[in-house]
Amino acid sequence: MARLRETPSQTAGPYVHIGMVPTFAGVLGVFPGDLGDGPLYRDGVKGERITVKGRVIDGAGAPLRDACVELWQADADGLYNAPSERRGRADPNFIGWGRAAAGGDEGIFTFETIKPGKVPFGDGRIQAPHLALWIIARGINIGLHTRMYFPEETEANAADPVLNRIEHGWRRETLIAKRQDGVYQFDIHLQGDGETVFLDI
Amino acid sequence: MRNYPSDARPFRPRDLDLHPPAYHPGYKTSVLRSPRQALLSFSNTPTEITGPVFGHDMIGPLDHDLTRNYAQDGGSAIGERIIVYGKLMDDEGRPVPGALIEIWQTNAGGRYRHVRDTYVAPLDPNFGGCGRTLTDDEGYYSFLTIRPGAYPWPNRANDWRPAHIHYSVFGHGFAQRLITQMYFEGDPSIPLCPIVGTVPDPVGIDMMTAKLDMDATIPFDARAWRFDIVLRGRRSTPFENRPEGN
Repeated sequence: MARLRETPSQTAGPYVHIGMVPTFAGVLGVFPGDLGDGPLYRDGVKGERITVKGRVIDGAGAPLRDACVELWQADADGLYNAPSERRGRADPNFIGWGRAAAGGDEGIFTFETIKPGKVPFGDGRIQAPHLALWIIARGINIGLHTRMYFPEETEANAADPVLNRIEHGWRRETLIAKRQDGVYQFDIHLQGDGETVFLDI
Repeated sequence: MRNYPSDARPFRPRDLDLHPPAYHPGYKTSVLRSPRQALLSFSNTPTEITGPVFGHDMIGPLDHDLTRNYAQDGGSAIGERIIVYGKLMDDEGRPVPGALIEIWQTNAGGRYRHVRDTYVAPLDPNFGGCGRTLTDDEGYYSFLTIRPGAYPWPNRANDWRPAHIHYSVFGHGFAQRLITQMYFEGDPSIPLCPIVGTVPDPVGIDMMTAKLDMDATIPFDARAWRFDIVLRGRRSTPFENRPEGN
């Protein structure tokens, strides 16, 4: 049988919040709350609890105030909370997925999560701990995938198969968060100086 | 939800020629929101192969019925009652069961219930504009809603969006994540729209256009529109023995 084509992507538009974070948008009473809101963990979760904050910044240096960001990551042992995880059972107190709107005048998104463990690459090498992020907004025709790595994981980052695939070494830095006041800061630059590396996965 | 043996295989690479390019100046906002550098390609790892799944326990009884899920007691949204339904499948036509689909849209007059929408057309007190559901074992989903209206938007001086419903689709792997828009067959605004026009191939635009389906229409109640959605499929790997793909 001939393969079907994938349905084309379209922008999420400026009113994406109505569908994906309706409580944030002020559409109250349809759902109990916003899906993917709140911490990615429950009481009893294994691992170090962390806060990640960031902005999505356009080619003129202005933060987007109408973006949504989704996060997908492994638990503290490097296992995903998914039926397609075959290496073991993930921490039942860790969801692994979250969704945040870029809020306020500053356009800041926030995730309360845990630091993930290490996950193998296809050839058996080990990937450095990372968060998978997916960015959608008005003006973005197809959702942008990227990753956030951790600044203290110097050795693991130096050996990471994905970071090492980035030809220009200085661009690897765009995927490594900064740590300030105990919070991981990760700004995503859509275009221009310091443009974040985006992934074709 | 069901768990298929094929679920842990890597996905076929995305054919980016089927999708809109990031930079499409006819859609003005894309000018400053499109990367200038090339995307970084690599084969799927567990990060991309896996993805969140959601249980039926999170779906309320009216979540798929936009005519009533925001309405006051006994009320209903104003507009043309429609069913939008279809099959979620992979690129080999296999159903994708248990997948979350979220939709959002304007009301019948083209107005969004959103603080930033200042269009002169009024809000409908009985219409919120969002819904969600999970696909069934055969990959089917359905919503009951009202047909959204066209509306003007600040792009070129006289640009109007065709009537459309936004779709957010999960599938089973994070690499399958997709947002698209559904249009209505026969709408003369479709070929005029710069956002539709970001899709490079007429076949792709046809895939985003729902077809009137009289067989699924409920007589004297609601017309039906069929909108099937295709996600990336998983690669078959008969000559590979590496458990995580490559």
